[in-house]
Amino acid sequence: MRALAGVSLEVEQGEFFGLLGPNGAGKTTLINVIAGLVRADVGTARVMGADVLTEYRRARQQLGVVPQELVFDPFFTVRETLRLQSGYYGLRRNDPWIDEVMHHLDLTAKADANMRSLSGGMKRRVLVAQALVHKPPVIVLDEPTAGVDVELRQGLWRFVRRMNRDGHSIVLTTHYLEEAEAHCSRIAMLKEGRIAALDTTRNLLGSFSGVELRLHLDREVLPAGLPGSVLEADGAQFRLRLASYRDLEEALARLRQAGVGIREMELAPPDLEEVFLRVTGRGS
Amino acid sequence: MSRFLTLCHKELLRFFKVSVQTIAAPVLTTLLYLVIFGHALEGRLEVYEGVRYTAFLVPGLVMMSVLQNAFANSSSSLIQSKITGNIVFVLIAPISYAEFFAAYVVAAVVRGLVVGLCVLAVTVWFVELRVQAPLWVLAFALLGAALLGTLGLVAGVVSDKIDQVSAFQNFVVLPLSFLSGVFYSIHSLPPVWQQLSHANPFFYMVDGFRYGFFGASDFPPLASLAIVFAFLLAVSSVTLALLKSGYKMRY
Repeated sequence: MRALAGVSLEVEQGEFFGLLGPNGAGKTTLINVIAGLVRADVGTARVMGADVLTEYRRARQQLGVVPQELVFDPFFTVRETLRLQSGYYGLRRNDPWIDEVMHHLDLTAKADANMRSLSGGMKRRVLVAQALVHKPPVIVLDEPTAGVDVELRQGLWRFVRRMNRDGHSIVLTTHYLEEAEAHCSRIAMLKEGRIAALDTTRNLLGSFSGVELRLHLDREVLPAGLPGSVLEADGAQFRLRLASYRDLEEALARLRQAGVGIREMELAPPDLEEVFLRVTGRGS
Repeated sequence: MSRFLTLCHKELLRFFKVSVQTIAAPVLTTLLYLVIFGHALEGRLEVYEGVRYTAFLVPGLVMMSVLQNAFANSSSSLIQSKITGNIVFVLIAPISYAEFFAAYVVAAVVRGLVVGLCVLAVTVWFVELRVQAPLWVLAFALLGAALLGTLGLVAGVVSDKIDQVSAFQNFVVLPLSFLSGVFYSIHSLPPVWQQLSHANPFFYMVDGFRYGFFGASDFPPLASLAIVFAFLLAVSSVTLALLKSGYKMRY
């Protein structure tokens, strides 16, 4: 089975990069290639210039991965887990940083609790902490907020954004498109193992989505010659898709010329979900 | 170096944390063998002149527990990590396959030796034993435990399920250790079985280990040591090649 085909992309240092795509698009496979868990049949992957196969030590030393699966070692406490993980990266005395990471992820109270006794959300926090023990310049988060409550999500994003401001590059895969929209400066959309779209979040939103204009008029008929297309008509309420904000002026002018009054009006900003559905061919 | 030490430390912590299961249980099992076989056969068999059967039995039982526990340690640790998925924490870290190999084998050797020492310590109450050549005892214990620890690693790598590791243990390790001359001297066997026993690597480990206690053995100890060492080298090369290829670990 071919999971990835001709994916070529480069994440710049310090970027907050999003990797989106439906289930089975190849996001996790791509991450596993970067992490050295899966070996690509052809092609190469580099982390900070280090080839993940031939210079695997240097590549892995600079990479922190939060795996998607909620895995843990039931023999150890949270602190033991983080100390062991530090040791795997050659760090013997890492407690000050371990304490800081635990503090930011609200794990301090659970430091001496066995991993088995933690809730799913807490285990997820430990996974994130494990990926950060060696302060890697590149952090990969594979669905980090799946099944996680709002409080942790916010705490997690605060911490990840701080790491990003401090110069760490972040690669994020998520099913929550609003998270990608809120945090990622650039996005790649994968579909069936290929890159279907790769651009800045702003450009993707602008080029694909346009603007949605929601109108509540004083009559149930739209005047002719309005720009854009009608998405939905329900009585006197209409949803129109405009190509850009520039069309708004013309739309309002047509309504005025036709003597149609506006009771309510709303402009919906471009929505990544729409872009996603169109790019992956799932939208109408 | 610190990566290897950490992984080794983790493996040691793992079995010490469940020492009732990993140390006390095998010690008890071995003592039961000693009590049952010792009482049933004491006075009926004299394998070496002037050596009581129970005394003959102890070194063999010690070595058998060293070997079985070394195997159990690396195989069960690895298969558990693979099944629960936490092996990923080691696989994504900058740990070389040689460090990985060394850490698992060293931990297996330690577990084997700890169980063996505990068995030996407890049997002091049952029999009086003198160690005639401690260096032989140590050499066979170390090499034997390393060989079985390495075999355990192979079993852990190639298996996908715990049943497969158990099958390895029940159909390979257990028969080979029971047929290695723990309970008897192979000289008491019919010629065919004697020949077959020479094809069993466990025989050389048990026989050489016993030589360290009594100064007598079925096979010259230096030749036994060379054979065990050759097995260790061969199995280690295969294991290192497996780990390097990422077989059933990295896809």
